[in-house]
Amino acid sequence: MAFEYEKYIRKGTLPHIWCPGCGHGIVMKSLLRAIDGLKLDKNDIAVVSGIGCASRLPGYLDMNTLHTTHGRALAFATGIRLTNPKLKVIVVSGDGDATAIGGNHFIHAARRNIEITLLVFNNSIYGMTGGQVAPTTPLGAIATTMPYGNIDPPFDVVKLAEGAGATFVARTTSYHTAQTEQLIKQAIMHKGFSVIDIIDACPVQFGRRNKPKEAPDMMQLQKDNAIPLQLAQKKKPEELTGKIITGIFVKKDLPSYTDTYYNTIIPKAQAK
Amino acid sequence: MEKKALLISGNEACVEGALYAGIQFYAGYPITPSSEIPEGLARKLPKYGGVMIQMEDEIAAMAAIIGASLAGKKSMTATSGPGFSLKQENIGFASFNEIPCVIVNVMRGGPSTGAPTGPSQGDVMQARWGTHGDHPIVALAPNSIPEIFTETVRAFNISEKFRIPVILLLDEIIAHMRERIIFPEKGELEVVDRLKPTVPPDQYKPFDVTNSPLPMVPPMAAYGTGYRFHVTGLNHRIDGFPTNNGELIEKELHRIMDKVELYKKDMFKTEAYMLDDAEIGIVAYGSSARAAKYAVNELRKQGVKAGMLRYITIWPFEDNAVEKLAQKVKFIVVPELNFGQLILEVERAAKGKTKVYGVNRVNIEIIHPHEIIEKIKELLHGI
Repeated sequence: MAFEYEKYIRKGTLPHIWCPGCGHGIVMKSLLRAIDGLKLDKNDIAVVSGIGCASRLPGYLDMNTLHTTHGRALAFATGIRLTNPKLKVIVVSGDGDATAIGGNHFIHAARRNIEITLLVFNNSIYGMTGGQVAPTTPLGAIATTMPYGNIDPPFDVVKLAEGAGATFVARTTSYHTAQTEQLIKQAIMHKGFSVIDIIDACPVQFGRRNKPKEAPDMMQLQKDNAIPLQLAQKKKPEELTGKIITGIFVKKDLPSYTDTYYNTIIPKAQAK
Repeated sequence: MEKKALLISGNEACVEGALYAGIQFYAGYPITPSSEIPEGLARKLPKYGGVMIQMEDEIAAMAAIIGASLAGKKSMTATSGPGFSLKQENIGFASFNEIPCVIVNVMRGGPSTGAPTGPSQGDVMQARWGTHGDHPIVALAPNSIPEIFTETVRAFNISEKFRIPVILLLDEIIAHMRERIIFPEKGELEVVDRLKPTVPPDQYKPFDVTNSPLPMVPPMAAYGTGYRFHVTGLNHRIDGFPTNNGELIEKELHRIMDKVELYKKDMFKTEAYMLDDAEIGIVAYGSSARAAKYAVNELRKQGVKAGMLRYITIWPFEDNAVEKLAQKVKFIVVPELNFGQLILEVERAAKGKTKVYGVNRVNIEIIHPHEIIEKIKELLHGI
């Protein structure tokens, strides 16, 4: 039987705003399959976003949804999660939203280990504003604000999350739909801050100024360049140039913020 | 049992007022001279089962209280000038989406880093116009420690009742000063909670006012209660979803502005001090009003019939109070710890019926009563 996406999509909100060839819609489908697989109640999920193409996603979902200011989704989500611990809180964010303007919230949500899942739709470019360089744009790539080639070294979202203390960190691509679904499931059920770096393609704003240009070729690249972490660990660093290492990089069981607040701070304060 | 009087600071009174009003969530970032507020709530809020979090920055703190308010909780943050600047974008988000929340700004000397421990009233216009775009806002300016308590309660009440962010403008003087206070008993002051929807979830639209018991105020559902609604900073329809339809955009913007117009009388609060027979008017607010009151008393002793109109609600500005005063006094003096901000409103509301003069200071010292007295005598001499 075909999967019933309608169950989770708000009536009248489609078609979505994403361009032909964009991977965001594919990732959204993986997210819905993951939610369905976990048999979560729509009333118990909050989906929060900032600004950018990916940030339009919550509006399509029949859940508790919030489309906030640029870069700040994790901070809004923190207020929601802390005051309603029953909710599964998912933040969807672009790479610029999450690691440039929202970089501070990213590292602190990770450090805090608050129970939020962050999905980074990482297409290496500012798509909505017209192809400007992002903190994830590869060196040498052409962007409208790097017309002579990017000289601004990119972030590795996985390393950033790991370094900041996230307790669940993974990477996949929009091509790897089954893996994306499985990783999102694990991320949502993880107790603490979980991050998935989802390598995505923006043919309209990245592809057209770089190579490959076309959406199918960009997707092919995701397929060809992906290498599971276990295999990558056996390779020399130079063999991994240009590769997309996928899988779970971090999975740790550490005290999470909301739990700790309710289980230690409140009882301590009330005992005094 | 006789009620116990306490000697506490303005920031501590703000903490107690927030607890009285039923605060459930506080997010903040340390900044002088407001830090006693988060420190107090860190100790006390969890006793009531509430949550206090120190966020990574001022912007995050403002964002977090909006998130918590959407989850149904009474929320507050506190800051001072530089932090107030940083919060502005999200204050606009709260204003546009009618999110109840209280933002305390303990004003300090500015601009920029300015004088962290020096008093100022330099953020009066920022409170009104700090975020981009036309938007509704409420700002309250108490002038004593007991009044900080009651105005904090009123800030929550206005915010919850009318779904609007309320800015509580304190200043370094009254925030750090200590005064005697007797806390009101539970039930003594009104405590208001936001309107909740009465329609079933499938009929709920977050900005629909059609059947609201309070005209123009949409009932507010909370995340996680079965009402799965959408909120966006984009121009939106009454169902919360973005729109580019100019007619719908204009209609919503008009409603949120008109809402304040409709209920401004419920928000206004002024104090008339010796105004009945006044021939000289002083219009003041916050700590400067303390000097103004002293000046009125001194002038009266010297046979000058001065009186003070004190604004406790600054925004929306109550034009009528000034207009009435302007009709009967020789002139109006407006003492402010800035280059003259609220005086612009006073001049506007006076409609040329009398002259308006400022007494201003920006040297991070308080305005002394004698400065106001001298200014008034000088002006009287010139008549």
